[in-house]
Amino acid sequence: MTDTTPQTPRSFQEIILRLQSYWGAKGCAILQPYDMEVGAGTFHPATTLRALGSRPWAAAYVQPSRRPTDGRYGENPNRLQHYYQYQVLIKPSPPDLQQLYLGSLQAIGIDMELHDIRFVEDDWESPTLGAWGLGWEVWCDGMEVSQFTYFQQVGGHDCHPVSGELTYGLERLAMYVLGIDHVMDMPFNDPDAPIPLSYGDVFRQTEEEYARYNFDTANTEVLLRHFEEAEAECEHLLAQDDTDPKTGKHIIMAHPAYDQCIKASHIFNLLDARGVISVTERQAYIGRVRALAKRCADAFVRTEAGGQAA
Amino acid sequence: MPDLLIELFSEEIPARMQVRAAEDLRRRVTDGLVEAGLTYAGAAAFSTPRRLTLTVQGLLDESPIVREERKGPKVGAPDKAIEGFLRGAGVTRAQLEERDTPKGAVYFATIERAGRPAAEIVAEVLVETIRTFPWPKSMRWGAGSLRWVRPLHSILCILTDEGGAQIVPLDVDGIAAGDTTRGHRFMASDAFSVSSFEDYEAKLKRAHVILSPEERAEQIRQEAANLAFAAGCELVEDAGLLAEVAGLVEWPAVLMGEIDEAFLDLPPEVLQTSMKEHQKFFSVRNPKTGRIERFVTVANRDTADQGATILAGNQKVLSARLADAKFFWDNDLRVARSDMGAWTRALEDVTFHNKLGSQGDRIRRIAALARELAPVTGADSDKAARAAELAKADLNSEMVYEFPELQGLMGRYYIEASGEDAAIAAVAQEHYSPLGPSDDVPTAPLSVTVALADKLDMLTGFWAIDEKPTGSKDPFALRRAALGVIRLVLSSELRLPLDRYIDSQLLKHKIQLNGDADEKDIGALNDLLDEIAEHGVFGAALRSVRARLEDSEIDTSDGSLLVRVGEVVPDLSQDLLAFIHDRLKVFLRDQGIRHDVIDACTQMAGNDDLSRLVKRARALNAVIVTDDGENLVQGFKRANNILTQAEEKDGVEYSFGADPKFAETDSERALFAALEAAEARIAPALEAEDYPEAMAAMAGLRAPIDAFFEEVQVNTDNAILRRNRLNLLSQIRRICASVADLTRIEG
Repeated sequence: MTDTTPQTPRSFQEIILRLQSYWGAKGCAILQPYDMEVGAGTFHPATTLRALGSRPWAAAYVQPSRRPTDGRYGENPNRLQHYYQYQVLIKPSPPDLQQLYLGSLQAIGIDMELHDIRFVEDDWESPTLGAWGLGWEVWCDGMEVSQFTYFQQVGGHDCHPVSGELTYGLERLAMYVLGIDHVMDMPFNDPDAPIPLSYGDVFRQTEEEYARYNFDTANTEVLLRHFEEAEAECEHLLAQDDTDPKTGKHIIMAHPAYDQCIKASHIFNLLDARGVISVTERQAYIGRVRALAKRCADAFVRTEAGGQAA
Repeated sequence: MPDLLIELFSEEIPARMQVRAAEDLRRRVTDGLVEAGLTYAGAAAFSTPRRLTLTVQGLLDESPIVREERKGPKVGAPDKAIEGFLRGAGVTRAQLEERDTPKGAVYFATIERAGRPAAEIVAEVLVETIRTFPWPKSMRWGAGSLRWVRPLHSILCILTDEGGAQIVPLDVDGIAAGDTTRGHRFMASDAFSVSSFEDYEAKLKRAHVILSPEERAEQIRQEAANLAFAAGCELVEDAGLLAEVAGLVEWPAVLMGEIDEAFLDLPPEVLQTSMKEHQKFFSVRNPKTGRIERFVTVANRDTADQGATILAGNQKVLSARLADAKFFWDNDLRVARSDMGAWTRALEDVTFHNKLGSQGDRIRRIAALARELAPVTGADSDKAARAAELAKADLNSEMVYEFPELQGLMGRYYIEASGEDAAIAAVAQEHYSPLGPSDDVPTAPLSVTVALADKLDMLTGFWAIDEKPTGSKDPFALRRAALGVIRLVLSSELRLPLDRYIDSQLLKHKIQLNGDADEKDIGALNDLLDEIAEHGVFGAALRSVRARLEDSEIDTSDGSLLVRVGEVVPDLSQDLLAFIHDRLKVFLRDQGIRHDVIDACTQMAGNDDLSRLVKRARALNAVIVTDDGENLVQGFKRANNILTQAEEKDGVEYSFGADPKFAETDSERALFAALEAAEARIAPALEAEDYPEAMAAMAGLRAPIDAFFEEVQVNTDNAILRRNRLNLLSQIRRICASVADLTRIEG
């Protein structure tokens, strides 16, 4: 496969592999998914935390993402409670980021000579992360295929330098490239493989199971308690002295604390799907998660990776 | 005389900001040039998704020399003073000039500031313009600190004269100006240099960029109309969408497609909104069926397959979108047909405002008020209340959740589907109106009733919690609500005693706000509400309730809830009415009625009846511009001034009937007769609300009043005559004051 004359990919995984090899070739560290439940690739500390501070960064990764309210028991052609995002974050944003992005579309088989690619205003904001940026949604023949954002603020901190963030909704993009109408029909691996598997073979059952769990079964009392606990643990970790009493080293536990913030955020999403959060409470919960995110950001910028001299 | 060409080339500028930004660029740069002395013959600005362009023709080569004369110290002043002056003025002693002045010989210096070359000024002005550009939202990128709407990539800035083009040397955060730009992102992306605006525009076109947004829009409109026509259909014109789409493309390619049969039964507004909001498609109507059956999409490039791939992709996306819309529509219809209870119940959980309760609370208040208003508006009370209960049910429908701009309209479809009256269904759509000064005003009595109740509840609610508009801040659009009340009352010529409804609605809000007070105290407030309904007057209602409860166990002392609320409501009510009067002034001013005329009329009793108030104001406005009217006001003011001064001096009020037998002159006698005749005409005219007649009778007093002042001295030495004449003046005052408060008339 070459970047100049790519064949049309034949499977979901081929699209992911091509994006991995494209961004790897462009100098990004190819990271692995974060090992926690998150609502979007942005929550991965490789984006949220690494967008902070002055140190340069370039990373790309697939992130399984969960949006409990979007579950449709695997019946809706494009709505899933568990789906994949492809995420690229480069800091500082390079001057040719748009060209790099367009190159990635070519790499997955979108012919620029035949399609209509457009950058349409779409400002991004995450109230739970206290983050916002300006950019576009990218349209291919009228379909949104990616989000393109220049981060201006994360966790209440101004971004200096600014990171460029690209987010691809992988299922939707792949369905478009592969010409598939229902996500469950999409070939996951090569259709000519000895054991061809569709997206449905892999995920139909889990979509059903989680839809039932998310909407009707998750124990809301337990979840509410877990939310409180995660919040308390986050605060507890951040309240510790910077100097570790055992090693005498300067260790700020920004990442463990941030894990608790992610946890609280996902629990909130679950509670929301269970319909036990009223409109007014909703704002209050979002505010509590944002407060955690801000405190984690405050802690991270005091660490070495956050730009503090060692 | 060189021409200037500027292009600021960036990543994609939001469509909605482009036109304004081009205009800001033109204004800021040309203002800056003129301020520095560089005048020009003409200027024009353009925008595309990736560039803002300004061309300025016939610029001066350099700014003119500026001479300034400065007065210095006296001749013979200490050297120190003279040296200081030389330093300040930047001249040598030899350049000073001695001049004689009345205070003796004085040094003068002539300071000459050389002109500056155009390039230097342009560079300065452009750098300043870029750094302080008024984007509605701007951002930083990379490691820099410059702000622009999206990353700025290059600056083209050249001055062109007979000798050729020259780059204006300037640099903004490492971006140096040059003479190159780029064409279409995909069709001709190489850089090229340009030598003048004409060269620039022509080369851009060769590179698949149409510079002018109007030209792009016109091309889109024409091609779209042609495509529709060729298919036997017609384009649904949409100027806002056209402007937006023209800002999304540099090289428009117009394509038409068909909407899948399965979606053609969706309401046309749903098709149109879904296509417009999500896809920026134009709608195409088939005149034979009246349905929207096709769409037009505008791509940003030509392709070898004439757009076939692009169209197929767009069609697919549209089908997915419309499948969603149809899913919402079908689900919503199911709820609608089972009486919409699921929606109205859910409104209980939606907060309207944290102090004013849920949407459910609000709807109950509106329904109750609609019931009370119905006799005045000529609507059926039960239907008005029912219509109010359903009017906002669609806020919980899936379609309105997806497309908030369809609120009301969807309600109308759903209420009709539920089997209610068409008139009740129409209320859902119409009760939000009017939304502005020129918007349609509903006239169906049911819609008028609920629309009024909605707006009055809104106004009294925010007044009750003291969230009034201040300055430019009006987050709840209360000015618009007040204007809505005015227009609803006037266009249906309602005779609505606003005071009473404002009082009782304010009181209802206060009752709700004091929900945690003692039950008995709340009971007293509810009694008060009943009394208002009975008497129609707040003060009397409060007195009566207080008297009745005096010996009961309910607290009616000064600090009690009843008294506290009872005292604050009239003030709030008066304040709200004054706010509505202010809005009325603005509204009528646009119709040519002077603000002082309205002031003169709002001072009259019954000023809460807006229809009467406006009738009176129109009549007064008509008469005040006539010669008689204008002079009558002068005469009235003269009478009033003399009278007021005399009353102040004498410490009495002259309101005793004057006696004609003390009249000395013909003009005095004539005034007596005229006043008597006028009063005989005015009183019944006012009774019949025939204000033109009353005003005409009043204006007829002009001649006798003028003649009286011409001939008669009021303040004579004869005390009896003086008193009688002052009483005569008081008669003028009384008669005029029954028509309008002329002291408010200016001039």
